[in-house]
Amino acid sequence: MLDNEREKRVAAAKLTSGVLDIDPVAVTDHVCRRLVEIVVKEQHRRGVVVAISGGIDSSVCAALSVRALGPGRVFGLLLPEKDSSSASEDLGRLLAEHLKIEYLKQDIAPTLEAIGCYRWRDEAIKTVFPDYQKDWKNKIVIGGGVDGRFNYFKLVVQAPDGARHEKRLDHKQYLQIVAATNYKQRIRKTIEYFHADRLHYSVVGTPNRLEYDQGFFVKNGDGSADVKPIAHLYKTQVYAMARHLGLPDAICKSKPTTDTYSLPQGQDEFYFALPYEKMDLSLWAHNHARSAEELANCLGVSSEQAAFIYRDIETKRRTTAFLHAKPVLVEAVSELGG
Amino acid sequence: MSDIKIQVKQYILDNFLMGGEPEKITDSVSFIEKGIIDSTGVLELVSFIQETYKFRVEDAEMVPDNLDSLEKIEKYVRGKLASAG
Repeated sequence: MLDNEREKRVAAAKLTSGVLDIDPVAVTDHVCRRLVEIVVKEQHRRGVVVAISGGIDSSVCAALSVRALGPGRVFGLLLPEKDSSSASEDLGRLLAEHLKIEYLKQDIAPTLEAIGCYRWRDEAIKTVFPDYQKDWKNKIVIGGGVDGRFNYFKLVVQAPDGARHEKRLDHKQYLQIVAATNYKQRIRKTIEYFHADRLHYSVVGTPNRLEYDQGFFVKNGDGSADVKPIAHLYKTQVYAMARHLGLPDAICKSKPTTDTYSLPQGQDEFYFALPYEKMDLSLWAHNHARSAEELANCLGVSSEQAAFIYRDIETKRRTTAFLHAKPVLVEAVSELGG
Repeated sequence: MSDIKIQVKQYILDNFLMGGEPEKITDSVSFIEKGIIDSTGVLELVSFIQETYKFRVEDAEMVPDNLDSLEKIEKYVRGKLASAG
């Protein structure tokens, strides 16, 4: 804990967005000190690899890594594919130039093509929309959750003439599309570890607290890393850190997207039930045992809806615990502490 | 036990419990609270209901009140079948 007194004060405060305020100087000092301890003293590596998506989380992780270790010990990777937005690549390049780090761009589309990512995905999409063609765009959006319904997922497709269609997915179609798109995060991670091995570096994972807590990552994909410097920071706090670290305006103002599907897709469309500012507050309130009534007043929703939000948080924690878990041994190997 | 409850119970036993612990599935037990079905399991259960009883589960009907126990499912399915005539 950075400041116990401050924590106690905040814990007793009225629930407003102010509870997420941080002292960015203190947070920067703390994270940088820990990064050096973890990477250099515990992991005995010479630097870090950071995959830069152009989003706020990886940008802040890269900037903190540069502060902690110096630009010469941070290697950036831009890993676009067919469905990534070109704006993301531009932001990634802007960040790498801004931080003065060595970086490499590798288009992973040919690898994904060869491994069947797009083919498996499109096969599942065609079972829902038989007219779907390669030049159509697609995304998955979440339903339910905050209105008391179970979560379900809809596939949205857009023909070249702009006509959009959407249908709810059954579990087989949903699982196949997600499994296929998860190739993207897993191939990226394979490349990150190639460079980490080559340079004898650690790999930085870039989830914020909301993503980490709610399991918004791919197991053995973006969930895999040696160190996760901002997993304790709410997304709102990551934006505050970006401003403190002096990152380019275009990055500080970027909206969170998944950049995984060909149609633009906000994280709140795909996974979270609410925009990140409200999810942050809801998660903080839940973590600090605030009542659903208090959350309802703060968000301007009914107490019933606030209770649904809490339930959705717990459901996601429960159903994604598997993603955090190490492989389970049938019997402990006590010599290794496992 | 009614046909609907028997069919759904057998599906849950076969699909989620791999045949084990049938005593866990009482009429009123909450599948979610007892960890019998997770969020993907709910989608699988919906597919099963749609295929078995030949009607569409609407988005607005995907609520615990319709799907989170044998007796709730039976009531929901009977209502849907009755309204379909």
